[in-house]
Formats: sequence, C-alpha cells, structure tokens
Amino acid sequence: MGSNEKNTGIKLEYEILKDDFARAGEASSGIKKVLRQLGIDSSAIRKTAIATYEAEINIVIHSEGGKILVYIKPDKIEIIAKDNGPGIKDIDLAMQKGFSTASNRVRELGFGAGMGLPNMKKSSDEFYIESEMGKGTTVKMIITL
Amino acid sequence: MVIKDLKDRFHFKLLAGEKGLDNEINGLYCCDLLSWVMSHAKDGDAWITVQTHINIVAIASLLNLACIIVPESIEVDSDTVAKADEEGIPIFSTDINSFKIFTKFYEAGMR
Repeated sequence: MGSNEKNTGIKLEYEILKDDFARAGEASSGIKKVLRQLGIDSSAIRKTAIATYEAEINIVIHSEGGKILVYIKPDKIEIIAKDNGPGIKDIDLAMQKGFSTASNRVRELGFGAGMGLPNMKKSSDEFYIESEMGKGTTVKMIITL
Repeated sequence: MVIKDLKDRFHFKLLAGEKGLDNEINGLYCCDLLSWVMSHAKDGDAWITVQTHINIVAIASLLNLACIIVPESIEVDSDTVAKADEEGIPIFSTDINSFKIFTKFYEAGMR
C-alpha cells in the first residue's frame, strides 16, 4: 500500500471500514511493519503503533468509516486519521480519560474504555483534532524522529 | 525465561503461534481493557487476558508482546488462532486463573 513520493518521504494509506472488528488492527500492523523495515527507532515505532491502533479502533467503533494516512519523513512521522462522520459534539469531553459513548457490546470486547483519544495524544509529540457534526473528525499526530 | 517453558514446564496448552516459541519473556501483564494494555504493557511481556477475539493478536503484535495466555479454559475464537499462526504470536490456554499463573511465574524465578 506504500508509494514513494519524491523528497516527501513515504506515504501509506489505509481505508478503514465501519464496524469491521475482524480487520481492526490490520492498518496499524501494516504501518508498523513498514517502519520496522525502514529501521525506525523502536520507541518511535511503539508510539506510532499506539497512535495508529487507537485511531483505527476509533474509526471502526465510532464513525461511518474513514482512512488513515501516514507520511514517513526523515525527521518525523505524520499520521492523519480522517473519518466520514458523524463528528464529535464536545471535543473537550471526548478528550477526557474515561469518557466514552461506546455501546455495551463494544465494551464487553474490551474496547470503549474512554482512553483512545488520550492515548493518541500521549503517544504523539504534536496532536491536533478538529470535528464538525454531520461531517466528520480529523486527527493529526506528529511523532518526531 | 523462554516462551516454550510455558509448554514444557507449566504444561499450558499451545493453541497457536508455534514459530514464536523461542522468544524471551521479560515480564507478565494482566488486563482486559485493550486501550489500557496498549498504553501500559511492555515489550516482551506475556499477556493474560479473557478477551479471545481476533483483535488481541493485533495488540500483541503491535506491542511486541511475547505471547498471550488465556486463563480458566476460556475457548479462543478460531479466527484468532488462525491470525496468531500467521503473525507468529503464541497463544496458550490453561485451566488455572490469573493469580495462579502469576504464582507459577514467580516460583519459576520471574521478578
């Protein structure tokens, strides 16, 4: 799924489907494999793995589907997780540890602990989130190398 | 401690991931909240969980966990087993509970 772009590093792109629990984790696993092959430092790989996994699970659980884009550059890894809605009503509340709107079914599987966004923020060096109701949510994370 | 000790010394039943058996175990971790595991489990930990769906393999693989241990004879989904074989993540099953699993590791010298 990777493609080389001149001077801008490597771009990876993954489509994430709504409610696709069986495949959830495949995008983040794929990203991790590429980083390993590139010989990226193991702590940056761990941070990227956590950030992309949580983003992927969030898209599966909470959204209408979306995509994850990763740009691997010489000095940083940029991750963009973008979904097609429904959007987050109160971002400050969503960022609070333990807050979750996940269903009981999802919680029984061990998801929906209200730690996804906090984990993403904690594992990235820069974290930006914007959301519009009815349109969708975009999270941008940067991990410096 | 090496992963295959769980089979040879503790007699845990290996369900999947035979090709990962020679790896080292550095620690033991027990939790069923996946995001919590994601942010707290460490490289080389053996992970005890009652979750048995396919996603546990992704977590173990992303965090370089040594293996997954499913306690109290909980049945593991067949697609989880297949994925673990593909990724080389050993999954063990045992009839004992988490406390007794910790005890075994302690008695075997893990600190």
